[in-house]
Amino acid sequence: MKTIRDFRAIFLLVLSAAGLPDGAQATDAADIVRKSQAAFFEAGKDLQARIKMTLTTRDGQRRLRDLTMLRKNGPAGEQKYFIYFHGPADVAGTTFMVYKYPNRDDDRWLFIPAINLVNRIAARDSRSSFVGSDFTYEDVSGRDIVADTHTLLKEDQVDGRKVYLVESKPNRPAEYARKRAWIDQTTFLPLKEEYDDIQGALYKVFTADEIKEIQDLPTVMKRTMADVKTGHKTEVVFERVQYNVGIGDDLFSERYLRRPPEKWIK
Amino acid sequence: MLFLVSVTPALAEEVSLHGFAQGNYAGRITGEELPGPEGGDFLLGEERFQIKLSGASEGSRFFLKSDFFRDAVFRKTETDLREAYLDYGGGFFDLRLGRQIITWGVGDLLFINDIFPKDYAAFFSGRPLEYLKIGSDAAKVDLFSNVVSAELVVIPFFQSDTLPAPERFFLFDPFPGLPRTAEEPRAEFENTELALRLYRSLFGFDTAVYAYKGFFRTSGMRPDSPLAPSRVNLFFPRLAVYGASGQGNALGGVTGLEAAYYDSLDDRSGRDPSIPNSMAKYLAGYQRQLLSDLTAGIQYYGEYLLDHGSYRETLPAGFPAQDRLRQLLTLRLTQFFRYQTLRLSLFAFYSPTDEDYYFIPEVRYSFTDALWGAVGANVFGGSKKTAPFGQLDKNDNVYVTTRYEF
Repeated sequence: MKTIRDFRAIFLLVLSAAGLPDGAQATDAADIVRKSQAAFFEAGKDLQARIKMTLTTRDGQRRLRDLTMLRKNGPAGEQKYFIYFHGPADVAGTTFMVYKYPNRDDDRWLFIPAINLVNRIAARDSRSSFVGSDFTYEDVSGRDIVADTHTLLKEDQVDGRKVYLVESKPNRPAEYARKRAWIDQTTFLPLKEEYDDIQGALYKVFTADEIKEIQDLPTVMKRTMADVKTGHKTEVVFERVQYNVGIGDDLFSERYLRRPPEKWIK
Repeated sequence: MLFLVSVTPALAEEVSLHGFAQGNYAGRITGEELPGPEGGDFLLGEERFQIKLSGASEGSRFFLKSDFFRDAVFRKTETDLREAYLDYGGGFFDLRLGRQIITWGVGDLLFINDIFPKDYAAFFSGRPLEYLKIGSDAAKVDLFSNVVSAELVVIPFFQSDTLPAPERFFLFDPFPGLPRTAEEPRAEFENTELALRLYRSLFGFDTAVYAYKGFFRTSGMRPDSPLAPSRVNLFFPRLAVYGASGQGNALGGVTGLEAAYYDSLDDRSGRDPSIPNSMAKYLAGYQRQLLSDLTAGIQYYGEYLLDHGSYRETLPAGFPAQDRLRQLLTLRLTQFFRYQTLRLSLFAFYSPTDEDYYFIPEVRYSFTDALWGAVGANVFGGSKKTAPFGQLDKNDNVYVTTRYEF
């Protein structure tokens, strides 16, 4: 893997030396995004977290989502997710499992306890809201890096921290037309993101509100996604985060979808 | 049940209690009223309270779900023990003992290898989907391995499907007004039902094969005399089912295939008109996300009757004949609005062979995390008054459900 990357760097050097259109900066930007995704979505070998989401409407009406998320990294950018819903009551006991693959549709399963049914879910819904929140499925598990063209706009500061400001434009029509991410130069965590719609108007803002080191891994413990247009926002708080807990591959199976393992979901 | 209760406190480290209070009403909108004390416009008028109690300790767990309801149409107050079971297991096996709901296969409201009991009367009268399934009093063993996993269900106590009854529904009845006696398979060793599912992932598809030996859950009807019947005997013929299914990502959505051979053990020649013939059943389904928060699903289903010639020869004159091939198409559309608090959905059945249909449009809104309400309709129709959905034509109804969950 390293050899390939090195080779490409040399190749790009040669290209720019030859006076051809310079792709080097775009590659740097993609590299920053790659590192940022690794820090944000792939930290540790695995992760166990209790997550509380608060969805708030413009008039202040609140809804809560209480879940446990288990995540395990696989080879070549593959990931497995297992989510157990503790609440609200009408979805309590529901489990959701994702096998995430780079550059192809994810496999998704949902277990509905009331009828003891395990069902596959159509996966091409990267634009769809995750459990009615302001986060899309992509915001929760990451978007394919090659789906966007990334440009490093400048180096900047956010709250006294040095950041890269990276612009990402989707190569195919997507939920947003442009995204700007302020990525910490040390931790590579996104501190802030702004999404523009097709009309070029800002409509969604992400902020990392609290970052803590858990087992030496910088972790966003509190984050918010706000919809500027509707006034709706979702605040996500990670509680009890643990990395490298040794989740077995067998956990991500129909067996445990139907019968969630008490040990892991608390 | 007693065993459950007595063993519970010792087992449970942590006990959780959930449930709901629900109002569920459905009224016929066709202007037709059934005679009799239970007739009238209402198909359903009930208040229901459910408790779900569960507890777990190392390697074992208990679960109890029971409903208490007041039915204004039948003027009765009752308890319905929906589920009550104990789980043991860990390692390479799991065991579940007691009343449990089991759902197999990949069909959406179409069941081929799911031979477990269902309550169609509840479904047709606007109860929430979960009431379509009835628990089985069974022992279930799951065995896990990397090559293939197995689920074996042993059901000693037969439970029939609940079909719409003439007290509440307008129906086609080949023996109108005749008294009926039902004869269910007794709880004897030789009547024990066995259902087996072997499953594994294959090329990214969830694949399974199934086998079942037991009984048809819908009764056969046999009059005491073919010419001048005075009484009809309802009985449950023996059945074996062998099938397979697969489901996975393909063509930009989720694709599913399922098929089974229904071996009518008591009428292999197809010459007994009171027993269904052997059949091949199959379906293909595809679901896909069209836009954000809009999903569509389509299915094609076929039911091929074997020995159709013998069936036609022996069917008494005047009885409606089933086609050699019955076909069904279904469509499901689901659209969410307002951060998924508002859901519009439509499920439609249409049969080109029976020339009948069944539509279920519904609007559901979550007022808060704990309170939701739904308004929907069951609309039946067709050109034949003897067809599965066509016969329910006069039962078009509008239902309202509100539920407070805790």
